[in-house]
Amino acid sequence: MAGLILGIETSCDETAAAVVAGGRRLLTNIISSQIELHQPFGGVVPELASRNHLENINLIIQEALAAAGVSWKDLDGIAVTYGPGLVGALLVGVTVAKAIAFARRLPLVGVNHLEGHIYANFLAHPHLEPPFVSLVVSGGHTDLLHVLGYGRYRILGRTRDDAAGEAFDKVARVLGLGYPGGPQIEAAAREGNPGAISFPRAVVKDAPFDFSFSGLKTAVLNYLNRSRQRGEIINAADVAASFQEAVVEVLVERTLAAAARCRVDRVAVCGGVAANSALRSLFQAQSAGTGIEVLYPPPVLCTDNGAMIASVGYYRLQAGHTAPLDLNAVPNLPLENWG
Amino acid sequence: MKVITNSPVETRRLGEKLGRLLAPGDLIALTGELGAGKTVLVQGIAAGLGIEDTVTSPTFLIIKEYPGKIPLYHIDAYRLAGPDELLDLGYEEYFFGQGVTVIEWADLILVLLPPAYLRIDLGPGPGGEEKRCLVFSACGQRYVKLLEELKRDVDLGC
Repeated sequence: MAGLILGIETSCDETAAAVVAGGRRLLTNIISSQIELHQPFGGVVPELASRNHLENINLIIQEALAAAGVSWKDLDGIAVTYGPGLVGALLVGVTVAKAIAFARRLPLVGVNHLEGHIYANFLAHPHLEPPFVSLVVSGGHTDLLHVLGYGRYRILGRTRDDAAGEAFDKVARVLGLGYPGGPQIEAAAREGNPGAISFPRAVVKDAPFDFSFSGLKTAVLNYLNRSRQRGEIINAADVAASFQEAVVEVLVERTLAAAARCRVDRVAVCGGVAANSALRSLFQAQSAGTGIEVLYPPPVLCTDNGAMIASVGYYRLQAGHTAPLDLNAVPNLPLENWG
Repeated sequence: MKVITNSPVETRRLGEKLGRLLAPGDLIALTGELGAGKTVLVQGIAAGLGIEDTVTSPTFLIIKEYPGKIPLYHIDAYRLAGPDELLDLGYEEYFFGQGVTVIEWADLILVLLPPAYLRIDLGPGPGGEEKRCLVFSACGQRYVKLLEELKRDVDLGC
């Protein structure tokens, strides 16, 4: 089997590791929040805590190798996220990856987390090739990119304040809907009228592909405060549906406009919000008849994971872009072109 | 010291004035509900520090770092289950580092704050949804002086 890469991701909440063959074929994909540990003694297995990377990492890597039926000597390289992210979290992954690379004499590849999200679609769609437009939309990102080739990107736009997924979480909290906000808002919205309340769609001056969701969040809060002051009963389903409509409308409109501008016929959506069904329906409705195909990875590849890092690692390794053993975590790492 | 701002633009401008007065090692603790304008204020502080990058919400990452002549460490305690989690993230590197540290939702990690810092409580202003009231409190001599400097610079609006 050629091109077996172990991918390690610890940039924020999740500790994750995966084995991917040839950049495209997923053998295992182990994520701390989703792991089902073997319970040989029938005991209770403690949940792996968020950001507890140091305690999680060895277990996750062992599980990723064992479940793939792969041993250290089968590997062709180690890929690790070295930014952007939380420096203390990144350092755990980077240090482990360097230790493995040194001990096993394996090539080390440093990977940009944002780039990883884009590659989740390569794992899900084996025949997908650049160029295409990618929308990375999650709790931490809202980025619109033109993917010109492997390692060749042009950033078209990004959020100026809150990420779309963060807006979902915060609005869910003020509506008392619980966490994580995305699925909660989506469920509540099904019972509501998306046209009930007119929330703003922010346009960023002179930046047609940038996003801003902070004003929308505040508009929802103001609406709730006003209604409470007047003693009106708040219809949470209508608020959720109208808010969700405002978010997905700008995401879909700007992404399809970007695809038209870049003259591409494929759009690859990724990140946690890519699982939202209202986003998918609107993409489907708005792209119908335009010749633009919209692709998504399955939910397990939408969240932070090691497989997407392994995929980037494979292509970088192919292009000869290995990292030295003094690779460091870079919390504000920009997206660089290497292809 | 209390300042009323009439719009996010004014809140940002106030942050910019404050940012110009800050020095390495300064620490600012922000409190205020969702939508109170905390991130807007920090965007202004960053501009005042001469940072060119776009400052976005730190909620997801918890800590964002912006390089500059004086680097900015933008911390958000919103998603933390308690002060212990910030302890695990190496908070002392920021609180006692060479940059300016601004903490949103500082009320959630009060026990970790050193004796000296500037506290800013953001709340709704009188009449008008765009208005905000910012209450500045200085803890420690450095910040008493800083507030005196800021006062000279700012139209208090009330």
